[in-house]
Amino acid sequence: MNQNVNNSSTVDASLRVPLLAIFGGAVLWLIVGLVLAIMASLTFHMPEMFAKCPFLTYGRLLPAANDLIVYGFAIPAALGVVLWIFARLSDSELILPLVAVAAANIWHLGVFIGTVAILIGCGTGFTWLEYPRAAAILIFAAYLLIATCVVATFGARRDRSVQPAHWFLLAGLLWFAWIYSSANMFLLAWTVRGVAQSVIDWWYTNNLLFVWMGLTGLGIAFYLLPKIVGRPLQKQYFALFGFWTFILFASWCGMPQTAPIPAWLPSASTVASALLILPLICFFPPFVKTVCGANVICKGGPFCQVRFGMTVFLLSILLMIITGCPHVGRMLGLTWFGPAQVYLLIFGFFASIICGGIYELLPSVMGFELPFPQFVRWQNRFFVAGSLVLFLSLAVAGVVQGIKMHNPNIPFSDVIQATLGPLRFAVAGLLLLLLGSLMLAANFLVMTIKWHFALVKCVTTAVTAPLETEEVKS
Amino acid sequence: MCDHGSHRAAGNRRGEIVKTGCSIFIAAFIALGLSWCGLVLGPAAQLGTLGQTNILNSSEIYPIQRTGDATVGLQVYRAYGCAACHTTQVGQDGMICDVVLSGTNPPAVSALLSSLTLTNLTKEQADAVSAQISAKGGKTETHIFATGADISRGWGMRHSVAEDFLWDNPVQLGGVRVGPDLSNVGMRYDAAWEFKHLYEPKSAVNNSAMPSFKFLFEKDGTPTEDAKNLVAYLLSLRADVPLHDAPFSTLAPVAGTKK
Repeated sequence: MNQNVNNSSTVDASLRVPLLAIFGGAVLWLIVGLVLAIMASLTFHMPEMFAKCPFLTYGRLLPAANDLIVYGFAIPAALGVVLWIFARLSDSELILPLVAVAAANIWHLGVFIGTVAILIGCGTGFTWLEYPRAAAILIFAAYLLIATCVVATFGARRDRSVQPAHWFLLAGLLWFAWIYSSANMFLLAWTVRGVAQSVIDWWYTNNLLFVWMGLTGLGIAFYLLPKIVGRPLQKQYFALFGFWTFILFASWCGMPQTAPIPAWLPSASTVASALLILPLICFFPPFVKTVCGANVICKGGPFCQVRFGMTVFLLSILLMIITGCPHVGRMLGLTWFGPAQVYLLIFGFFASIICGGIYELLPSVMGFELPFPQFVRWQNRFFVAGSLVLFLSLAVAGVVQGIKMHNPNIPFSDVIQATLGPLRFAVAGLLLLLLGSLMLAANFLVMTIKWHFALVKCVTTAVTAPLETEEVKS
Repeated sequence: MCDHGSHRAAGNRRGEIVKTGCSIFIAAFIALGLSWCGLVLGPAAQLGTLGQTNILNSSEIYPIQRTGDATVGLQVYRAYGCAACHTTQVGQDGMICDVVLSGTNPPAVSALLSSLTLTNLTKEQADAVSAQISAKGGKTETHIFATGADISRGWGMRHSVAEDFLWDNPVQLGGVRVGPDLSNVGMRYDAAWEFKHLYEPKSAVNNSAMPSFKFLFEKDGTPTEDAKNLVAYLLSLRADVPLHDAPFSTLAPVAGTKK
């Protein structure tokens, strides 16, 4: 037992520098992204605000903010947690730690270039793929480097078993590499003609925001929940069947019902989203059986965050099934309901689980306790409240817009006026999320500073220590 | 069902239900490969090779390429992220048909007409009525009208089809209608209105929620190159010809009550 503790602390120590590089940038981008998102939403309060400033027009702020939150924060932060999980499950130190550090810096450089490009008007115009070629190449290269570290650590595992968390995370690892390279090639390198561009963009968006996030979030949850509860994941056969059906069917969703594309595409999506009922049913038993009856005092810590994230994910699958129905899809298509679903997935599900992972790993990786433990509870509250306020206000705006838009007797400007109320309320959700992120940043920043002080102290002690006589003689 | 021996801490592999990482990769590869073939390769082959088509009942081809300034204007539209608020896709619920007599008709047809409904028909009904009339020696034309909320709002005369976007790169269909659909904005307004609206939206549309784009104009209010190109692009947005996939008649329906 004692040796096991020693081992896990050397495993964690090997991750310290790479994870600081990954999370440092990720937390910064999360805050910048949320600030840009709030600025974009202010356009609904004061349309004249940025009339003189082309860089801050709504059409640039919104994609810049969205991409910062997903490419700047969600993906790299998740990869950081995945690195830690693989090292822990492998019972092995991180292989190639310097590669991971380099990858983190390349990634954040790519995000920086991409954001500047969008703000100066060099975005590609494809939703969720706005980063131009140079930024996309940097991000993809950094992804491959991190994936190499993960796979190398998996290959070097001392414990040869393959856990449920492995299934989801390994599949997710392949998923992003494939969809990101393929979508960028068809859209930016050998550009396809006509609406095939939009089809590929929708395929990518669904596979990134629903399938990749789903796989990675579930993988992290299926590692953290058993770890915190202290017993293995229950009902593993359900989890396996859910995994299979999820990757098989979820990857076909996402074709809008209203678009000018051949009818077989939205029909295929409708069938696939109806079949999502299978993974939805299958993910319940492992989650509920593992969580229920667990003797964990949560107090808003990682356990609460992951449990909330999982609940939101199951709800998101249900929403996907409902909006996949042709009638509902046509009603809610081209309204605010789409963004509502996306933000629920990003903040309610994915960010909650990632933050749970970060709080779980940070003390053991850094070797000391969190400086503001009470902030964890508050961040959880702010994230839960923020993501729900954001989702509900956008969803209400979407439903109102959908119903009124299909009644041609209501002038369109009145339709828009009816959505402005809920849209303005959505800013409150973003503000709550920003507050929560600032608390995460405070904990992270103080820990990083403490660590730097400790490093300096080490160096000063080493430099000022009296040399041993043998060394002087030699 | 779950063997506790599979837990890592127990350190034995009995009951572990997936044995190798390789099988996971193969599973994910097959699942994603299927979706990739279906939703990327398939559409790229089907839509990516789409060519120009003939306008219905005409030898003219559609769509023709935009003018130079409008092509540059599409890039201005992209650079300012106009598609964040505006869609360029019109939907339609269905269609109604009117059967109209053409030319002179024998008296037998007039006798038949009193027992027939000629307006607000489905395509099948219209075909049946036309067949009945032509059996008596009459000549008819069928006029087709698209129906639906978007059509009633005057956003277009038919639903958008893949051919409409043949020359766009990037294709920007838009995802949320924060502002009105722009598929046919070139039919609704002229250049002067567009400039006025970009400079000060509220001056052109009462209670408009659109932000002002004053930065597209010089201090004295003259439009910059960007503004001129953007307006050229907006005016080029007109999907106003009937196609085989999306037929319609340019006349007003006889009944006058579109759904």
